[in-house]
Amino acid sequence: MSTDTSHISSVRTLVAVFLALMVFTALTTAVAYVDLGAGSTAIALAIAFTKASLVVWFFMNVRFNTKLIPVVILGGLFFLLVLFVETFADYGSRGWFGNGR
Amino acid sequence: MAADPHGASPGLAHHFDSYEQQKESATLGMWLFIVQEILFFGGLFFAYALFRWKYPVAFNHGSLHLDVTLGTFNTVVLIASSLTVAMAVRSAQLARPKRLVGFLLGTAVLGSIFLGVKAYEYHHKWVEHLVPGPGFAFEGPGAENARIFFSLYFAMTGLHALHMVVGIAILLFLLKPAWQGRYTPESHNLVEGFGLYWHFVDIIWIFLFPLLYLAGRHHIL
Amino acid sequence: MNDSKSATTDPPGYAPVNYLNETWGLKSWLLTLDHKRIGILYLISVSFYFALGGLMAALIRIELATPQGDLVSPDWYNRLFTMHGVMMIFFFLIPAVPGVLGNFLLPLMIGAKDVAFPKVNLASWYLYNIGALFSLWALLHGGVDTGWTFYTPLSTSYSTTHVIAVGLGIFINGFSSILAGVNFMVTIHRMRAPGQGWFRLPLFVWGIYATSLIQVLGTPVLAITILLLAAERLFHIGVFDPRYGGDPVLFQHFFWFYSHPAVYIMILPAMGVISEIVAACARKRIFGYKFVAFASVAIATLGFLVWAHHMFVSGMSVYAGAVFSILTMFVAVPSAVKVFNWTATLYKGSVVWETPMLYALGFIGVFVIGGLTGTMLATMGLDAHIHDTYFLVAHFHYVMVGSAVMGFLGGIHFWWPKITGRLYPRFASKFAAIVVFVGFNVTFFPQFILGYLGMPRRYHTYPPEFQTLNVMSSAGATILGVGYLIPMLYLLWSLKFGPKASANPWGAVGLEWETTSPPPVANFAKSPVVTTEAYDYAARAAREVPVGG
Repeated sequence: MSTDTSHISSVRTLVAVFLALMVFTALTTAVAYVDLGAGSTAIALAIAFTKASLVVWFFMNVRFNTKLIPVVILGGLFFLLVLFVETFADYGSRGWFGNGR
Repeated sequence: MAADPHGASPGLAHHFDSYEQQKESATLGMWLFIVQEILFFGGLFFAYALFRWKYPVAFNHGSLHLDVTLGTFNTVVLIASSLTVAMAVRSAQLARPKRLVGFLLGTAVLGSIFLGVKAYEYHHKWVEHLVPGPGFAFEGPGAENARIFFSLYFAMTGLHALHMVVGIAILLFLLKPAWQGRYTPESHNLVEGFGLYWHFVDIIWIFLFPLLYLAGRHHIL
Repeated sequence: MNDSKSATTDPPGYAPVNYLNETWGLKSWLLTLDHKRIGILYLISVSFYFALGGLMAALIRIELATPQGDLVSPDWYNRLFTMHGVMMIFFFLIPAVPGVLGNFLLPLMIGAKDVAFPKVNLASWYLYNIGALFSLWALLHGGVDTGWTFYTPLSTSYSTTHVIAVGLGIFINGFSSILAGVNFMVTIHRMRAPGQGWFRLPLFVWGIYATSLIQVLGTPVLAITILLLAAERLFHIGVFDPRYGGDPVLFQHFFWFYSHPAVYIMILPAMGVISEIVAACARKRIFGYKFVAFASVAIATLGFLVWAHHMFVSGMSVYAGAVFSILTMFVAVPSAVKVFNWTATLYKGSVVWETPMLYALGFIGVFVIGGLTGTMLATMGLDAHIHDTYFLVAHFHYVMVGSAVMGFLGGIHFWWPKITGRLYPRFASKFAAIVVFVGFNVTFFPQFILGYLGMPRRYHTYPPEFQTLNVMSSAGATILGVGYLIPMLYLLWSLKFGPKASANPWGAVGLEWETTSPPPVANFAKSPVVTTEAYDYAARAAREVPVGG
């Protein structure tokens, strides 16, 4: 059977992605020492999501998969978001209008 | 994946009609499994988010007790192991069994280095009385809530480490059939599936590292 | 085709050599990769745990027949209702319809040879049994007394019972559920017969798909909850303990994030069964097929948004409570859509009053009551008064027993000829269905009134003025028990003495009816190609569907 190489990542691509991940790792560590207040967490998470996206798209070959796979991933993340948002809705509103706790 | 008894389509299970159907099924199945792992770790990430929001002082100061050099080193090691596993999958796709075995072994070595560093870190925490339990003793700002930070540190990195141990164990089982050339370009779903699992474990760490090790670093300056 | 030696006595489409007897011996069953045999294995296991859970229910109802606590001590009563809940929910309701009927039917309904991952399928059954054994071990060593909900701090700091053993059992069972969910989803996505688009699938398949979604997304959160519970109990990690800054209500958030969608795991497959039975026994396409299909997915999705309606009086923020209350009203809508559509299907249909139809009609009536009382409980203001009373107990038994169990029984009766190649006695089965329906309502309807009058749940004593209703409920339970016993007897009897079944004794439309009863190991003699819509009863009249595969 002839090998269809169109869905195989090249060594160049993989190494380039690895180097990008190294750059982002160095960045996230360096930025942590700068006092950005609430922005620190947001930036750390943004960098982490970027790194994760690179791994998913290039290392996990999702760029070669059917559209169902990104739907599955985003679907899963949506329900995780539901857990976060709705539970925080409780903790975030407990002290409202002098309602104790 | 039992070989077809007639030998016409080696590696094609009898209930599938084609290699493509088998491969797409394996990919979808593995991704669904990863999605449930995301929800699994997600519970711990939520607990982390909640208690960091509630007790920022405890979390920032607890984080300072983690070794950022070792954490960064481990992050580099794990991402490197993702590279080796991606190269391993590529080797299977190109019918290069010896390189496949080489890259798998490289992944195992890097994973073991990671675990070795973690073991060293855990031992250090034990010596410093920072393992939640009867001997827990934290001194510094946020002490009354630091226990939760360290509980989550051990729970999250411990669960992550357990997933790595399982991963390396699975990897070892792949070595012999890989060496024998049983993973062909048409049918190497176990290698791809393992790769997906390993990358996922890497992604978990990509989030754990900044959240656990880098919180409150700006307080040092 | 037919074995020519007995061709004169066997009905057309009966297969003397089939998946049940083609190979013999314990190993051929315990190491089977055939989804049909795995379905039978599940049937045996879930029946065992149903009987155990039922035994505990019997003891509970005997205790509650008198106001005093005279059968068991309060501590033992706690263990009884806890183990009843754990066994019934985790080791019967969650696995039953997907494990038995889902496993058997899914590949047949989509024209496939098996599920996507047969070895994982077998592993799921073993994981289920291993998990159940942990709970069985705990039961034999005094059980657990925290309630099946394991609320902290009782479960983490005060209970001296085998919380971690049962938790471990549920955790392992969770793996079974997750893997089964993955397996079924991949099967439905990737192994449908040529020509079978999503909107030609039987609605039972849509129900299994929606159920699998929940199993994959929800169960892992239960898993991490159990691990955190064990860690809190063993190491006092503090996340649920106010002494360290933790919150016991956080446990409830985590627990219910799974356990509310879990109730939809229990009902969606049963709803799928009802769609199949109603279509077949009304000889009509299900009214509003696409609406029913989308409703299944909507129930699964919306079901993830509403969990804290179990927590209105827990100390949670009332503002969050209001949000959860409103969202819960939304989840009632797709369920109502299904009820309307089943009813509309019956209109101008040629209804046959076979046993499965009796269960299906019973389901619809009972589910309406169960569902409506759910919306009553979802109203925060009312819930403040009826939460944790017998009103709640009645509500969830109406949906879990009245609906889910009757759906399961209806499905067993509908597909029994296909699964076993045997028919069961018509009169006995119809009689039993009516006994179940009557017994169920006599058991649980009085509990609505008891709850409204203020009788709390999980108490083994009560004020004497509640006795009459409690005695009614216990009497109903006896009737219900008889109703469950009768099918166990005649179904077993039918295996040896029941008349042999043809390929399609109900004259239903569906791929599973186009192969022999019981099916061959490979499911179909020739892989089917789908060219018609689902429930194609109208067009079928014009063409002869050959029976016998």
